[in-house]
Amino acid sequence: MEWFKKSKSGIVFQPKKEINDDLWLKCDSCKEIIYRKEVEKILWICPNCSWHFQINSEIYRAILIDQDSFKEIDRDMGSNDILKFKDKKGYADRIIEHQKKSGLMDAVVTGLGTMEKRPVAIGVMDFRYMGGSMGSVVGEKVTRLVRRATAEQLPLIIISSSGGARMQEGALSLMQMAKTSAALALHAEKKLPYISVLTHPTTGGTTASFAMLGDVHIAEPGALIGFAGPRVIRETIRQELPKGFQRAEFVLEHGFIDVICDRRNLKNLLVTLLNHFMGSKIPGQIEKSDDLFIDAQGNLKKKYQASKAG
Amino acid sequence: MEPVEKTPVAMLEFEHPIVELERKIQDMRHFTSTENIEFKEEIKRLEKKLEKLKEEIYSQITPWNRVQIARHPKRPYTLDYINGIITDWVELHGDRAFADDAAMVAGMGKLNGKSVAIVGQQKGRDVKENIKRNFGMPNPEGYRKALRIFKMAEKFGLPVICFIDTIGAFPGIGAEERGQAEAIARNLREMAVLQVPILIVIVGEGASGGALGIGVGDRVLMCENSWYCVISPEGCAAILWSDRAKAAQCAEVMHLTAADLIKLGVVDDIIPEPQGGAHRDPKAMIDTVKEYIVREMQALLKVPIKELVDRRIEKYYAMGSVVE
Repeated sequence: MEWFKKSKSGIVFQPKKEINDDLWLKCDSCKEIIYRKEVEKILWICPNCSWHFQINSEIYRAILIDQDSFKEIDRDMGSNDILKFKDKKGYADRIIEHQKKSGLMDAVVTGLGTMEKRPVAIGVMDFRYMGGSMGSVVGEKVTRLVRRATAEQLPLIIISSSGGARMQEGALSLMQMAKTSAALALHAEKKLPYISVLTHPTTGGTTASFAMLGDVHIAEPGALIGFAGPRVIRETIRQELPKGFQRAEFVLEHGFIDVICDRRNLKNLLVTLLNHFMGSKIPGQIEKSDDLFIDAQGNLKKKYQASKAG
Repeated sequence: MEPVEKTPVAMLEFEHPIVELERKIQDMRHFTSTENIEFKEEIKRLEKKLEKLKEEIYSQITPWNRVQIARHPKRPYTLDYINGIITDWVELHGDRAFADDAAMVAGMGKLNGKSVAIVGQQKGRDVKENIKRNFGMPNPEGYRKALRIFKMAEKFGLPVICFIDTIGAFPGIGAEERGQAEAIARNLREMAVLQVPILIVIVGEGASGGALGIGVGDRVLMCENSWYCVISPEGCAAILWSDRAKAAQCAEVMHLTAADLIKLGVVDDIIPEPQGGAHRDPKAMIDTVKEYIVREMQALLKVPIKELVDRRIEKYYAMGSVVE
């Protein structure tokens, strides 16, 4: 657990990988050269144009979850190259390479924690790991998170950032869309809330499954949100795409996003929504024990009961 | 004797030698009957050769060959199956919100005397029909029409049959504006818990959320030469190799054939095709599909619906492969 714990001096933000300069960085949107410290201070938002830089799962957790309250689940789950897939490089090698480079096991981190003392189940995708693509691990971890939330009657929040389904796992990646959606169907049947936060970019199979199934959809300003990527659309229809196409503002205008929220207000907004859904009374503490699992009927059970009794 | 057809539609490259030889034999038969020239021995010899050739070629069929077969314009499409299998068919149109999508066919009919709801993607056979059908690539209104029919089936207790044949949901400006992703996602969620049996048959091509958007069900059958994957071989080649021409190479690594998908637990059974593919004998193919559908539906209808839905969800929960 050490690797994501906050240091005493406050949140330590990781420098963005592709920019080596420690002091300055260039905004992806307005191309302005800006002082890094300035950007960090306002949660990686450009002080000039308000562009929301892509941030990783650790930073989102630090922003959203109460200090020291996060309990990660399924942390060690990793991908399996079941198809022995090889394009320019073998998938098995890619898995190892991305695990080393990102320090992550796969493209989503899931767990339980509190937001303003309110218990939540939260999943945060991480674009650093193979473009946040959804293979078996993302599908399985998200599904287990949803089921855990359902079993513990917790509200669910998923922060998406993903290029879509992972090609290297073929049809199995596709099936993760059905799997996560099935779990969300049962979560909804129990009248438990699910808030989907879509960040830059969220496309493909991720959008076409759990990211678009929230009770409320929140997007960060300027985030690219869509099914097909802009390049594919341009190549298919052979015409230029309208300005602002598939950006959060465009998607809101067309009715698929509820709120575009500045990152600095995101936690507030989430807590306010949870209060509306669940009542403002804060329920009891979440069960943070490690020896829990969900049985076939969706009930939360304790593992190792026999050995504990003995 | 019918006149010899000189220019058959779309011959696949790998089946070229077979079709050539078949034509030669047919020519000889033609001459035998019209010109009174005796070719009996020669025909016999060539027929033997043909059998050997077929065995040789069809035993070495590659995943890419199957993709080609799945795209053959003489392969039966959704409406061909409906016309061949279903009686009292009533096609229903529109999503009640925006438009009717001709790339998605939906309606009700009778299978062996019992009413069912049917949904499927529909390709066209010529340019004009393909423009109308958008090459079998639905827009959001297609998925919403499908959902409307699913919910209606649930309301009236009708089992659902879906025929899958698409290279994907349409990637267009309007499709994005009208929420292609939302339409597909909603179908996945609703199909997972739909309180009637759902039988899926992948009859041709099946790519991405465009296929899965009507593809969540209790049993998933796949015709022998169909393919099903997260993306089309061309799409995969464009993204991973930046070269669409590498599609054939891609097909080899994507594990998209029926035999591959049985092993991965994604499909439940394979429907055998006439030798060389459904296009070589569409009627036989339609009859076989009917036989399978009838049998599967009878089995599904015996299971109490609650148990069926539980099993359906468990089946999808189990899909995937991870290391822990």
